[in-house]
Amino acid sequence: MSSRPYAAARRTLTIGEKLLEVNWGLVLLIAVVACIGLAMQYSVAGGHLQPWAAPQGERFVVGLGILVAVALVDVRFWMRAAYPAYIVAFALLIAVEIAGHVGLGAERWIQIGPIQLQPSELMKIALVLALARYLHGMSVEDVSRPLRLLVPLVMIAAPAILVLKQPNLGTATILVADGVSLLFVAGLSWWWILPTVASVFASVPVVWHFLHDYQKQRVLTFLNPASDALGAGWNISQAEIAMGSGGFAGKGFVQGTQSRLNFLPEKETDFIFTSLGEEFGFVGCVALLLLFALVIGYGVKIAMSSRSQFGRLLAIGVTLNFFFYIMINAAMVMGMIPVVGIPMPLISYGGTAMLTVMFGFGLLMSVHVHRQVEIPRSTGAII
Amino acid sequence: MPLFDRKDKSRYTTFSRRTLMMGGGVTAVLAALGVRLYELQIVEGAQFRTKAEENSVNERLLAPLRGRIIDRFGVELANNRKNYRVMLIPEQATGGIEAALDTIGRIILLTPHDRERILREVAANKKFMPATIAENLTWEQYSLVNLHLPYLSGIQPEVGETRDYPFGATLTHVLGYVAAVSPDDKKHDSDPLLDLPGFRTGKRGVEKSFDVQLRGRAGVSREEVNAYGRVIRELGREEGAPGSDIYLTIDQEVQRYTVQRLGDESAACVVMDVTNGDVLALASTPGFDPNLFNVGIGPQQWRDLLTNDHTPLINKALSGAYPPGSTFKPTVALAALDAGAITPEFSVLCTGSLAFGNYVFHCWKKHGHGHVNLHRGIAESCDVYFYNVARRLGIDGIEAGAHKLGFGQPTGIEIPGERPGVIPGRAWKERIYGVPWQQGETLNTGIGQGYVLATPIQLCTAAARIASGTAVSPRIVRVVGHDVRARPELMRLAVSNEALAAVQAGMNAVANEPGGTAFQWRITNPGFEMAGKTGTAQVRRISREEHLAGVKKNETLPWKLRDHALFIAYAPVGQPKYAAAIIQEHGATTSHPHVQMVRDILLFTQQRDPAKMPSAYPVNAAASGGMKTHA
Repeated sequence: MSSRPYAAARRTLTIGEKLLEVNWGLVLLIAVVACIGLAMQYSVAGGHLQPWAAPQGERFVVGLGILVAVALVDVRFWMRAAYPAYIVAFALLIAVEIAGHVGLGAERWIQIGPIQLQPSELMKIALVLALARYLHGMSVEDVSRPLRLLVPLVMIAAPAILVLKQPNLGTATILVADGVSLLFVAGLSWWWILPTVASVFASVPVVWHFLHDYQKQRVLTFLNPASDALGAGWNISQAEIAMGSGGFAGKGFVQGTQSRLNFLPEKETDFIFTSLGEEFGFVGCVALLLLFALVIGYGVKIAMSSRSQFGRLLAIGVTLNFFFYIMINAAMVMGMIPVVGIPMPLISYGGTAMLTVMFGFGLLMSVHVHRQVEIPRSTGAII
Repeated sequence: MPLFDRKDKSRYTTFSRRTLMMGGGVTAVLAALGVRLYELQIVEGAQFRTKAEENSVNERLLAPLRGRIIDRFGVELANNRKNYRVMLIPEQATGGIEAALDTIGRIILLTPHDRERILREVAANKKFMPATIAENLTWEQYSLVNLHLPYLSGIQPEVGETRDYPFGATLTHVLGYVAAVSPDDKKHDSDPLLDLPGFRTGKRGVEKSFDVQLRGRAGVSREEVNAYGRVIRELGREEGAPGSDIYLTIDQEVQRYTVQRLGDESAACVVMDVTNGDVLALASTPGFDPNLFNVGIGPQQWRDLLTNDHTPLINKALSGAYPPGSTFKPTVALAALDAGAITPEFSVLCTGSLAFGNYVFHCWKKHGHGHVNLHRGIAESCDVYFYNVARRLGIDGIEAGAHKLGFGQPTGIEIPGERPGVIPGRAWKERIYGVPWQQGETLNTGIGQGYVLATPIQLCTAAARIASGTAVSPRIVRVVGHDVRARPELMRLAVSNEALAAVQAGMNAVANEPGGTAFQWRITNPGFEMAGKTGTAQVRRISREEHLAGVKKNETLPWKLRDHALFIAYAPVGQPKYAAAIIQEHGATTSHPHVQMVRDILLFTQQRDPAKMPSAYPVNAAASGGMKTHA
């Protein structure tokens, strides 16, 4: 598809050439999805740019800048930066954990200049980078060797446990899903996968059986905080009413009664998808899911066309990360899984998620721009 | 895809296969989400749509507590009391509405009229909307209802707040009253509170002029209600702000004494602090109980108020405009002296009448006063003397002089309904009647008759201005919430000191020198002596024939035809502190009861001396300027 199949392998592209290589179709697609998000921010504010649509719009513009900037940086730089990034993100996670224990409040946030960041959000990108870096040097057989496998499992488990303790079940789930997916596409043997899956499923009732009642209650409450909240299950039932009352074609833009009457909890953040469902109905929701599917399709295609294993893994990791957000958020607001506090990417109001998602797309685009770059396997062996 | 590393080929193959598997998984998940969407929005859509329609938020207004009205010493003149009431919730009355009313009827007396109203109310509303059975119950009745509550299905006792005027009719015309919102109220006021059932707004008096401040800001309770309006639960609540308390300059003791002293007469009396315009008492009798309007006035009571010939509904102190009669003479004298039209020595021979053109102008003293100078002219109220003064001064001079003392325009007191009165002039007559001014009319104006009309508050203001030599104006509201009302700086009256002294001496002679028209009813307590001026306002025309035959004595006439009696005064004479003015409708009798009333009121006020007592204002009202005279 490229007119210069080996050009990038031989020499470094200029900035101008790189800009031409950026997949502007994908950028446009992302912008369209973000604009749907801004429209919903505008709508849930009762038809006003403030307090959500305008600041979110500014963040998206910043995010676009980040996307292009990250895309232009050589993918080999990102490979070199992978482990340091992971270490920094992990250190920040520990830092907020300690800060929480020291009693500065159960902070999930750190302040960097004017920006507030959630280390757990950064960790998702950092974990994908680090795992792609680690697995880059591995042959298919290597991945399934127990000693080789131990390292990535620790890399996944350590941050996941920290995030779980915050507690942030949703993000922990995404971290585990990201990591396991990368191991899977890197070729982890079915001899590992099938018994693990089987034993996990088998152990659940056994473990459950041995729990005390109060522990079971805790687990239930932990899995589904809404059950413990005032008016059990009220939020999710209101979300379902919003979604369902949209019907086939919805009530029309800025006509959603559920959100404007404040029946919807967190209507501008986690539950924004229900507002979309209320105002644009089945048609609107399916259209958004199709746009998401298109973005994911682009991601898969970029992953498959990279000439380096690092690039492939990075691209597919970032893409799946994006997908897991969508999956958990949509399932959550439609009452399919417990409420776990995961935003809808590009749609929900919120700075960190927007910037990390756009950073992720930047990495994806970097892989695309540098798809012809060949990286020797040996570099992957050096930690 | 060309690959540079052979080993990478197997990796790439695995990667591609596994990625496609992931892609399949992604597709499956998205499809599952789509199925769930279909289920929610298409299959169950109609059901959820109904639920959404049932879901709505009702914003219920919470009425703020109305601000109190308080006198200068902290006495509450208008406040809020508990309103014990009993409601009926139709759907909870298990034995039916009739049975519920029968049962409650054994505790609270319910007339057939009441029952009819309750049944009407129940029929008009939803089954869960409470209907009022009875309001303003006594504590005993309310306790009894609560005691029997277990046996009273559907009955709900409630405690609300309602306006209360502890002093009843004493302050009617100062405070006004609150009553149900009228359609007129809503025309100029968009406050959502006005739509609240049972809400009351101020009508008349301070309740009306400061209604917005007294009212406060509504709170809001956001409630989730279903399609039938039934409250499911409260979502949030925003507390409003209670109304501001309003502090008056009124001294309830002086007010009470004044009203008591006016008795059953149709009269109005204003008492004012001459140094700053503080109105200490403002009475118009008879009054009526303002609580009646809040609770709901009966049709018979209303008719009685309307048809009473003593006009209890009219605030005579502000809305009653009367010919000031001889109480206008000090004003004419001051204007003439200041304009140089006369000197205090200017003397006239009064023979009982004065022929002017084709008319004969009579003095009240049929056989005349003999030689009269200004001092005697005021003291003995010689009409012929003032006909001459008026002729020398001219109508323009009278007009200007009267305006200086506050006549012919509202005084600006913070009570609605004040009338401007009338000070006639050339332009005025041309405008109203379209004919030029007649010389003879100047003479009539000089004795406060003819076109001249003044309100008691204007007369009191004029007395205070003569007494203090300043352009003081009456004020009745001192503090609103925590804000002291600004007063204009007191300016000296634009008249010469000599002129003022001569008029003050004349008014002193009225009460304190033998021959003075009020000498008989003077204050004899040393240091409390008053100066004043009597007056009579003619109610009927006296024909030439009657003059010749002898004017009928007031006492012999029907009440309605008797002359009005007026008196303005200030005290003490040396260092004036308080001024008062009275009008007693159809009260002109030889015993001058109205002069006696003012004498007693001024003596009471001076002995109590409210201006010297520390006020109970929540802020230092005295420190906020404008209080001290420049005199």
